[in-house]
Amino acid sequence: MARSKTQAWASQRVFRYHEKLIQSVLFLCAALSVLTTAAIIMVLLGNAVYAPGEKKAFFEQVSLWQFLTGTHWKPVDGPAGRFGMIPLFSGTFMVALIASVVSVPLGLGAAIYMSEYAAPREREFLKPILEVLAGIPSVIYGFFALKFITPWILKPALGLVGLELGTFNTLSAGIVVGIMVTPLIASLSEDVIRSVPRSLREAAYALGSTRFDVSARVVVPAALSGILAAFLLAFSRAIGETMAVVIAGGQQPIATLNPLRGAQTMTSFMVHASTGDSAADSISRMSIYAIGIALFVITLTINLISGWILRRFREVYQ
Amino acid sequence: MASITPKSVPPAVTGVDRDLDMSEHSAAIQATGVDFFYGELKVLFNVSLIVPERSVTALIGPSGCGKSTFLRILNRMNDLIEGARCTGEILVEGQNIMDPAVDVVLLRKHVGMVFQKSTPFPKSIFDNVAYGPRVAGEKNRSVLADLVESCLKKAALWEEVKDRLTTSAMSLSGGQQQRLCIARTLATNPHIILMDEPASALDPASTDRIENLIGELCANYTIVIVTHNMQQASRVSHQTAFFYKGILEESGPTSKIFTSPSKKATQDYITGRFG
Repeated sequence: MARSKTQAWASQRVFRYHEKLIQSVLFLCAALSVLTTAAIIMVLLGNAVYAPGEKKAFFEQVSLWQFLTGTHWKPVDGPAGRFGMIPLFSGTFMVALIASVVSVPLGLGAAIYMSEYAAPREREFLKPILEVLAGIPSVIYGFFALKFITPWILKPALGLVGLELGTFNTLSAGIVVGIMVTPLIASLSEDVIRSVPRSLREAAYALGSTRFDVSARVVVPAALSGILAAFLLAFSRAIGETMAVVIAGGQQPIATLNPLRGAQTMTSFMVHASTGDSAADSISRMSIYAIGIALFVITLTINLISGWILRRFREVYQ
Repeated sequence: MASITPKSVPPAVTGVDRDLDMSEHSAAIQATGVDFFYGELKVLFNVSLIVPERSVTALIGPSGCGKSTFLRILNRMNDLIEGARCTGEILVEGQNIMDPAVDVVLLRKHVGMVFQKSTPFPKSIFDNVAYGPRVAGEKNRSVLADLVESCLKKAALWEEVKDRLTTSAMSLSGGQQQRLCIARTLATNPHIILMDEPASALDPASTDRIENLIGELCANYTIVIVTHNMQQASRVSHQTAFFYKGILEESGPTSKIFTSPSKKATQDYITGRFG
């Protein structure tokens, strides 16, 4: 009799409603983010590449070649319109490049200090400060660049060597974006630097290394691929950065490599144009989507490369 | 019970003469009354030991007995551990290395260390061996090349790697990596080499090569080796020190420790009764 009871509990599955419910809710959460991404891509493609019905998408009116290689950006309707993205592209890369020049040494230096030099208590103090830096809204950085860095630091400094600086310039925009992405580089690099095995450090110390020898000759080279991935991620963040650049960098779409002048970036053009009053199906409005796609492709590519490098780095040490 | 005591010790490797008269050798290391703490935890109690120069001293004892900790005191490696504290006196070639004024960077060039886990840097074979001299400021390419060759020869690795010095050290086998680490240590021109279970992660053939290498090196270097392997301790050492629960129970000539130890704990340990 006892035996038949034993069989009964094992052979009958209980259907638990709340388990099913929780599973469904969690699935929806995951699905929603995927759907959002899909919707964004659809909207971008639907306006830039192929539009159903009456209206014509951007690339049905402007060739891809013209878009990628044209050096004039004049997004107006009618025959006067010029849609070459080079000016916006150069503005974007100028800002991202200057940001990298600022953030790579600062971020890497901070990461090395935190992982190799700082006492645990110092680290506990430094990390939150970096996080505060990362938490400041980018609008504030923009005004900081426009109202402080440009007039109070760069203008007097460049004035000493006889250079003239515009009120809007990519230099100050790049510098603040650099400050913005420094915490990103510092915290990602610190993670990879700390994952270099302790045994490697001990071996280096045992050979008569100073702290700097250990950091510069062993730890950083061993973590180099991971650090590189951090740089790339920060570069991609800098490319996508918007508000600070809109405020400090100006709105003139000119193809220039002079950081002392203002320039429009891809992101600041998008802000500028979407607040304008052009008709929804006009080509000037649709150019926003074309730039959006270009931006999306660039940052996605960089992020994928960086993710791939990071994965390979982890395989080495885990 | 006394019948378990081994009356014979396995033959020593070539180069290790266990009948060597150590009274002729001056002391490379002289530790007196060493206590060691990890925070509040005391792990070494009043350890005193003399290591004669150009000989091999084996530190044995069960896990957690403090033998590795003692080894790492000798090149101040424990400085890297938060909360570690050491008192007592340790003279390395007459200088008290516990003195706060001692330059640990110079000390560690003088007292090299080989670890249990081989730790080649993710660099080429050449760059691994050249690391120490480079850190010390040597830049001359031909001086470095000569040094790398002679150290790899001393570590019995030259013939296996001479045609691929520029390939990554990670491509070597475990035993080769450990000999590379020995070559790397030799390149800083130390007088003393500390070995922390250098063969415990290796296969028998590689272990054999490391033991023979110790036999060759002890003609010119003072070696202190920590090992779990009793047979290994008896094969490669002139002197054995037995640690138990943070106390140096007994030390003396290896042939004596392994045939007629004076403490019961030593006898129990070497006959495999515990540990």
